Amino acid sequence: MNEQSMSGAQMNNVLEVNDLRVQITSRRGLVRAVDGVSFEVPRGGALGLVGESGSGKSMTLRAVLGVLPPEAHVVSGQVLLDGTDLLTLNQASLNRVRGPKISMIFQEPMSALNPVMRVGQQIAEGPRIHLGYSRARAEERTLELMRRVGIPDPERRYRAYPHEFSGGMRQRVMIAIALACEPEIILCDEPTTALDVTIQDQILRLLAQLCQESGVSLMFVTHDLPVVAQICQQVAVMYGGQLVERGAVRDVLLDPRHPYTLGLVRSAPDFEYVQDSLRPIPGSPPSLITPPPGCRFHPRCDFAEDDCRTGEVPLRILPGGRATACLHHERCLEALAADRAAR
Amino acid sequence: MGRMSFVGRRLLQLIPVAFGVTFIVFFMVHLIPGDPAASILGIHATPRAVAILHHEWGLNRPLLSQYWLFLDRLLHGNLGYSLYYGQSTSSLVLSHLPPTLWLIVYAGVLSVLISVPLAMIAASRQDGVRDHVVRAVPLVGLGMPSFWLAFLLILVFAIKVQAFPVSGYGSGFFGHLRSMFLPSLTAALALSPVVIRSLRASMLTVLGAEYITTARSKGVPGHRLFLRHVLRNAVIPAVTVLGINIGFLIGTTVIIEEVFAIPGVGQLMINSIFQRDFPVVQGVTLVFAVMVVLLNLLADMAYAALDPRVRFDR
Repeated sequence: MNEQSMSGAQMNNVLEVNDLRVQITSRRGLVRAVDGVSFEVPRGGALGLVGESGSGKSMTLRAVLGVLPPEAHVVSGQVLLDGTDLLTLNQASLNRVRGPKISMIFQEPMSALNPVMRVGQQIAEGPRIHLGYSRARAEERTLELMRRVGIPDPERRYRAYPHEFSGGMRQRVMIAIALACEPEIILCDEPTTALDVTIQDQILRLLAQLCQESGVSLMFVTHDLPVVAQICQQVAVMYGGQLVERGAVRDVLLDPRHPYTLGLVRSAPDFEYVQDSLRPIPGSPPSLITPPPGCRFHPRCDFAEDDCRTGEVPLRILPGGRATACLHHERCLEALAADRAAR
Repeated sequence: MGRMSFVGRRLLQLIPVAFGVTFIVFFMVHLIPGDPAASILGIHATPRAVAILHHEWGLNRPLLSQYWLFLDRLLHGNLGYSLYYGQSTSSLVLSHLPPTLWLIVYAGVLSVLISVPLAMIAASRQDGVRDHVVRAVPLVGLGMPSFWLAFLLILVFAIKVQAFPVSGYGSGFFGHLRSMFLPSLTAALALSPVVIRSLRASMLTVLGAEYITTARSKGVPGHRLFLRHVLRNAVIPAVTVLGINIGFLIGTTVIIEEVFAIPGVGQLMINSIFQRDFPVVQGVTLVFAVMVVLLNLLADMAYAALDPRVRFDR
């Protein structure tokens, strides 16, 4: 697709995902891991994708980059990066996009780094391949990147192996790898979950700072709401392979309009309006092999009515540009008001 | 702990190994029925002539004092003298060593050339048809005795097709390369099934590793992904398996040298056994034992060189 045929919305969004469906073939049946998910990431912005384990957020991320595990495959949908559908590209064209346009940071930096390759070479590999840099120039670029992500003494660290680094330093290396070819968007798969709390904060600050400096967009998958609040402007909430709510971070986290988001907010320990005791969400996540009919959250929902138990519940746009899949989202307002009154 | 002290300690371990080997070999050789004096003298053997030879070789002394004498010589770097060739055992072994080393190295190279692509094909689609074929067919090779496989290869490639000589060592580098192809292939085919299986398993593990996803997310093209990221990691456990099987490979070369009439150490050993040439049998066995230990050490050092996480601690 060329520049002229891009619509205005596509120009403003670096990434646009439409009706993405991912299925996993397992022994027990077909798992609908991602079931009709649509969202967009604004250019220079950060979108948080939140949900509990098994909600399909990591699968969504991996499907966007085309690095799904062998048992998972994309059934339908579009992943538009600058208007080009990544799902239609062949392997060679995809390899030209990964690195210079889109890249990824993983949860476990130890297992995400090649154990037998020097750290510097792993960072330099991208520029060598995509930017055609000579060995010397790629090394220069790598040292500059290492300084930028806050790795002390880069000249010496260049020749070290991943196991000689601490967890936080390894994640800095991952960030340097992701940044190496100046991509337009970086996909982050719970990049701070495996780190100590103090290191988590350092890494988040670094990511936020790099975003501001270089204008790179972020798509941030996490189950950690405070992290989303710290780094993202937009948030999408995933439940049972589907999006249940999305909108601006302030709107969604301070004024949730879906009982699942409300449950997440109530079970998070450090939000300003949260009551003294944490309230866990009762029940367990739905089966994605035989999902419950109607709204997938209804078996765990306090507000569920008969109409929640049958028929599809698509996202509906609310005033202010936000969207929710809940048919009775006013009930969330009442519940929040009750929470605040009780405080 | 440094590399040198690791190597030094491993070389020290050679001493008890060598001692044990000499002990077992010395007494086992004397268990074999037959008399070197009788076999040299042939039909002219008279009891008096046999007794003279026995006295000359020290074979009339008690076994333990013979062993002591053998050890005493060994400590002075003397492997004894052949009862047949009138040469020192060490010069005999040394002159027979090059063809055997050729065979071992050539077979090692061929088995890598066979195993890496096949393991890659098998691992590229786990449990697919290709995977099952690659896992099953080499087992046939494993099940076939080397001497039988050797005859088959001779029949097809040396007699029918006449692409390679039937036997011998050849002369010059390219002559060796050509003459030693079939023998090395025989050894490589015997060794490959184990290596293929181990490589396939480690490749599957590596392919599922997160750092391969990282490499893909960097846009690393296929061939580079395979060489720099997959193979480099998958080869590490396979090196250990190769090291363990070195003893097996050396054992195979003895038979293969005999079938292909290669003037190597294996052939020297078989001839010496038939002639009851005790000092040579002992010398060759000792050389084989040392070779196994040294090649294993080499494999361990290769492992450490390939895996930066390994340090020479023990």
